[in-house]
Amino acid sequence: MFSLIIEMFSYPFMVRALLAGSLIALCASLLGVSLVLKRYSMIGDGLSHVGFGALAVATAMNAAPLAVAIPVVVLAAFGLLRLNENSKIKGDAAIALISSGSLAIGVTVISMTTGMNTDVYNYLFGSILSMSQQDVTLTAILSLVVLALFIFFYHRIFAVTFDETFARATGMNAGLYNILIALLTALVIVVGMRMMGSLLISSLIVFPAMTAMRLCRTFLSVILHAACISVGCLLVGITISYLYATPTGASIVLCNIAVFLVYSLIGLVRDRN
Amino acid sequence: MSLLVCKNLSFAYDGMTVVHNLNFKVEQGDYLCIVGENGAGKSTLIKGLLQLKKPSAGSITMGEGLKASEIGYLPQQTQIQKDFPASVREVVMSGFLGAHGLSPFYSASEKEEAMRHMEALEITDLSRRCYRDLSGGQQQRVLLARALCATRKLILLDEPASGLDPVVTRSLYDVVERINKKTGITVIMVSHDIPAAMEYASKILHLGSDRQLYFGSMDNYRHSAAYHSFLGGSAVHIWKHDGKLRSPQKKEQAGD
Repeated sequence: MFSLIIEMFSYPFMVRALLAGSLIALCASLLGVSLVLKRYSMIGDGLSHVGFGALAVATAMNAAPLAVAIPVVVLAAFGLLRLNENSKIKGDAAIALISSGSLAIGVTVISMTTGMNTDVYNYLFGSILSMSQQDVTLTAILSLVVLALFIFFYHRIFAVTFDETFARATGMNAGLYNILIALLTALVIVVGMRMMGSLLISSLIVFPAMTAMRLCRTFLSVILHAACISVGCLLVGITISYLYATPTGASIVLCNIAVFLVYSLIGLVRDRN
Repeated sequence: MSLLVCKNLSFAYDGMTVVHNLNFKVEQGDYLCIVGENGAGKSTLIKGLLQLKKPSAGSITMGEGLKASEIGYLPQQTQIQKDFPASVREVVMSGFLGAHGLSPFYSASEKEEAMRHMEALEITDLSRRCYRDLSGGQQQRVLLARALCATRKLILLDEPASGLDPVVTRSLYDVVERINKKTGITVIMVSHDIPAAMEYASKILHLGSDRQLYFGSMDNYRHSAAYHSFLGGSAVHIWKHDGKLRSPQKKEQAGD
């Protein structure tokens, strides 16, 4: 066991994956609690598809992937939020339109240029090798920003999530907090997408929050449980992926499913008694 | 000076006027009930008082140093709250945030004040319980405690009794009356329940679908044309209907 850990840490790409992955998982779970409670879970899914489209276009144009993907996904996040607030196309339908639309654009661009290759496969399902040193630095900075903002605005995020009308009535700028959450979500998704895969990254947002809510009854405990579950599943998932050469993103999601089932079961048993 | 003066106040959505030309005044310590049929613009008026919606005509003037953000608001419950994992304490404390400033933590005096409000509403022993596990009446008390944390002068209640059974409704009304009498906090309550409004309120504002039907003291309201037309016509019908069909009505409100 111990030698295994030492062996894992002897590969620089593993250290990068574990480090950046934990930070992404932590941020995604914090944001996820608010998104899930506000019924915005699908935003993560929609944004990751937009991210896939953006990556495909960036590759075709030989541009830096993140330089293209970040602004595009951030714009999409603002767009989805606005659509949710005031529009004739309702939120869930808008997300379905945007996610299938960007997937179609991405696939078309790829097939016209490079064709379906390993890169495309990695965009969709993630790769443990995708994290460069530069990515790790970016992830670390981003995570610190998310963490700092979350701790500083913790009570306000709670208030806006629990009751937006009341928050607005008492003079809080609820719109600003919504934009903040959407912006941070967009950034976390873009950064995490290449490791987790654009089809799987939204699970990092939804699973830990849903799992924690099976058992926890206060906002604080949901946040803490979600954060621990998220990081824990990521570490175990990556280890499994390393040992058995399974796809990284999928292994992490499978761990999340397992913990979700355990929490649900404990919750059921507790409610019976 | 009056706490709140509304002059020729109107609200419109997309050019359609839904609240017509209201004129009323609220003094400190008043207990004002706003009654009227569905579609008379009660919810719109509330948004207006909270400055979440701009009037299309007329003005709202606040006196006694009152700001719209210092109104303790008890909104109708949303679907999101029904399965929200939050402790009673977390919900009550969030009432302070509007006036809280930049610090990421609650102060000791805020914690003390929250305890005081929870004691007054007899929910102290629930403080660590989960909000979603409480009964409807207990949840309303929690939201009322949060509203009290947000204000020192005025609470604004939007149909606080919707979805509650008669016994719980009565005890909630009694609590509101006690707050009004003991602490002198002004109460504005929007209600369907005319008999209860007449029992507790000191002033009545009666909205019609196209104009203000009555504003003035409770005593004069008994003799007003608005009250008698209400009693003689649809009022009794609406009231009975309301009494019988509480649970479907609750679902309907939750859905919007």
